[in-house]
Amino acid sequence: MTQERQEKGAGGLQHGGRRSDSTDQPHGPCGINRRGFLGVMGAVSGSALLASAAEVHAYKQFEGWPDRYGMLSDLTACVGCRSCERACNEANGLPKPKKSFDDGSVFAELRRTDDKTYTVVNRYENPGDPGTPVYRKVQCMHCNEPACATACPIHAYSKTPEGAVMYDPDKCFGCRYCMVACPFGIPTYDYESAFQPRIYKCVLCYDRLKVGQIPACAQGCPTEAITFGKRSDLLRLARERILEHPDRYIDHIYGEHEAGGTSWLYLSSVPFGQLDFPTNLPDRPLVEETKGFLSSVPVVFTVWPALFGMIYASVRHRDALQEELKQEQEKEEERQ
Amino acid sequence: MNHHETAVKTDNFRAWFMDKLLMGMDWPDYMRQLITPFNIIAAIILSIGLPLIAIRFIYGLASVTHASQDYPWGIFLGWGLFGGVPLSATGFVLATAYYIFGFKKYKPLVRLAVLAGFLGYLFAVIYLLCDLGRPWRIYYPMIIGFGTASVLFLVAWHVATYLTVQFLEFSPAILEWLQSKRIRKWALSITIAMTIAGIILSTLHQSALGAMFLLAPGKMHPLWYSSYLPVLFLCSSIYAALSMVIVVSTLAARFLKKAADQTFLSNLNPLTLGLGRGASLTMYVYFVLKLISVAHDNNWALLATPYGQWFLLEIVGFVLLPALILSLGVKTGRVGIVRLGAFAGALGIVVNRINVSMVALNWNLPDHLHHIVPPWQEVAIVLAIATIHVLVFRWILMRMPVIREAPEYTDH
Ligand code: SF4
Ligand code: SF4
Repeated sequence: MTQERQEKGAGGLQHGGRRSDSTDQPHGPCGINRRGFLGVMGAVSGSALLASAAEVHAYKQFEGWPDRYGMLSDLTACVGCRSCERACNEANGLPKPKKSFDDGSVFAELRRTDDKTYTVVNRYENPGDPGTPVYRKVQCMHCNEPACATACPIHAYSKTPEGAVMYDPDKCFGCRYCMVACPFGIPTYDYESAFQPRIYKCVLCYDRLKVGQIPACAQGCPTEAITFGKRSDLLRLARERILEHPDRYIDHIYGEHEAGGTSWLYLSSVPFGQLDFPTNLPDRPLVEETKGFLSSVPVVFTVWPALFGMIYASVRHRDALQEELKQEQEKEEERQ
Repeated sequence: MNHHETAVKTDNFRAWFMDKLLMGMDWPDYMRQLITPFNIIAAIILSIGLPLIAIRFIYGLASVTHASQDYPWGIFLGWGLFGGVPLSATGFVLATAYYIFGFKKYKPLVRLAVLAGFLGYLFAVIYLLCDLGRPWRIYYPMIIGFGTASVLFLVAWHVATYLTVQFLEFSPAILEWLQSKRIRKWALSITIAMTIAGIILSTLHQSALGAMFLLAPGKMHPLWYSSYLPVLFLCSSIYAALSMVIVVSTLAARFLKKAADQTFLSNLNPLTLGLGRGASLTMYVYFVLKLISVAHDNNWALLATPYGQWFLLEIVGFVLLPALILSLGVKTGRVGIVRLGAFAGALGIVVNRINVSMVALNWNLPDHLHHIVPPWQEVAIVLAIATIHVLVFRWILMRMPVIREAPEYTDH
């Protein structure tokens, strides 16, 4: 079953091209790479901001790349062996951690991703079954319409048609607004570096996807806790599992709708809120929250000059009238 | 070139230098008058802060800040950018009142307000440069990549453009100082266009700073997270500006009397009353908007929590109370009370912006309040930059015709 799914997943990746091709192509969810030179000229004159608001509306209909991949993390199957952490560490050539991947003592506290760790597994008590804890894997969710990409003023992020959310350090100037915007707290920064600091995060092993391999963590998982495949297939699979085992799963696929939906999906036996998943996120993509504001921009650019120009003109007119009146009065006084 | 000519040139330069930069003194005199208690304190602050700034650029942000994976932003932005920009709306608000709405009596304060605005933005950018991971790429949003769906993209463009606009708005003062009549005339002729550009840019980027936080609904405390954030930021920036004009003019009249002329000094009290009235009215509007934002999301119950009490303290203690003080001062005609209210109002803006960008953000992380306390190095750097800000401000006020009119130019 796992094998078959992996083949299906890997088999779908039949397009060539270098990785940078993909990060450079126009992309849907954020619609922010469609402008070239004209865009710059427009921005200088202010009309780019009109254009940007028009774009904001243009990509409203975007439903996501149809064939994008995703991962299904079934927390009821995770045994907390941290094989995925090890696989990720090796595949990305990250520095070896102080405590080895076999060391269970790391579970004593909740860890988070950082610039040397793109994924971590945390342990939680299982209120339903105190003997068997629940493990939760944390990594970039590869959102359908990523808040990180919406936030970035330089467009350093892009969502590829395969589903991976990529980051380009050559563009980033390090404002870290993406870190503030990401609802899952995923992008991390190396504050230690003075000259080449950059964001680090999981990129769904994009290089591996490109050559037909599946992400390292899914490959490394010895149980069936991580499944790679098309997001639409994974959703179907997740629904099937919930239907077959209503006693084992709570009836919710985390990531189906959260923040507009994510490529990573989770199944769990414990309510997601108890596992530190944010449960206060809107179902619509976060970019929606700023659309209203951005769509007011063209209004301001067109209405303000007219409005304040008129006020200026009428005040001038009033002053001129008053001046005339004064002069006439003075003349009259002189005559008298 | 013969010797004689060179000698004349050197002499001319020396005269120019002493006149313009040393304010007519020679070096020893100039140095002697520099030794004042204020300057000594400033020197101490700078001797600590400047090396720390160097350390930050040589060893990275981690060496001087507590920036972390959960807390990417600290007081460089919370104070410097989010606090600094509304307090620098002075130029926009007074130029609009004077040039567009025709409040002619505010003329003695317009240049001061424009200068305060220009320097405020300039230093907001300096704080930003300290905070950016790769500050040498600051122009990237203009050239390398366009995140047009990003509110920060809008802020970047607007702050950059507005900085230029404000420089042009202030340039007549520089040109009068340098006695360049022709260029000055040109600079004056574009004033109205620049003022209207300033209104567009300011209304948008002041509100955009609030809109930036709209992207983080899951991380912000619901009392501060509101779809009204852009409106709240814009509205408060207007009273921030009016309060700040009072604050800056008070300090200038008190400590830089030498640089002021009689028109400025004698008009200050009545004008302060007028500004105070405007500020208090805007504050009442803002206070009501704040309540509406709570009502809109039906967050009343949250007011009973500790965060709710802090929220109440913010809007009552730092908005309503200063507004009442201002009203009292205006009603009784006591300028001192108006000044007190204005100082409190300006402080309230800082409290609000720190609350939004630091206290409310990430409020649900464990040990949150512990994490937002900045380390002393970060505070020392902020103090150093603020000190340089004051010194530059003073340097310009002492030399250029800002709170006095240059006798040969009174037409602006
Ligand atoms: S989880 Fe965060 S970093 Fe990953 S795509 Fe979504 S917003 Fe971006
Ligand atoms: S830190 Fe870099 S990637 Fe993140 S928003 Fe800023 S410029 Fe974009």
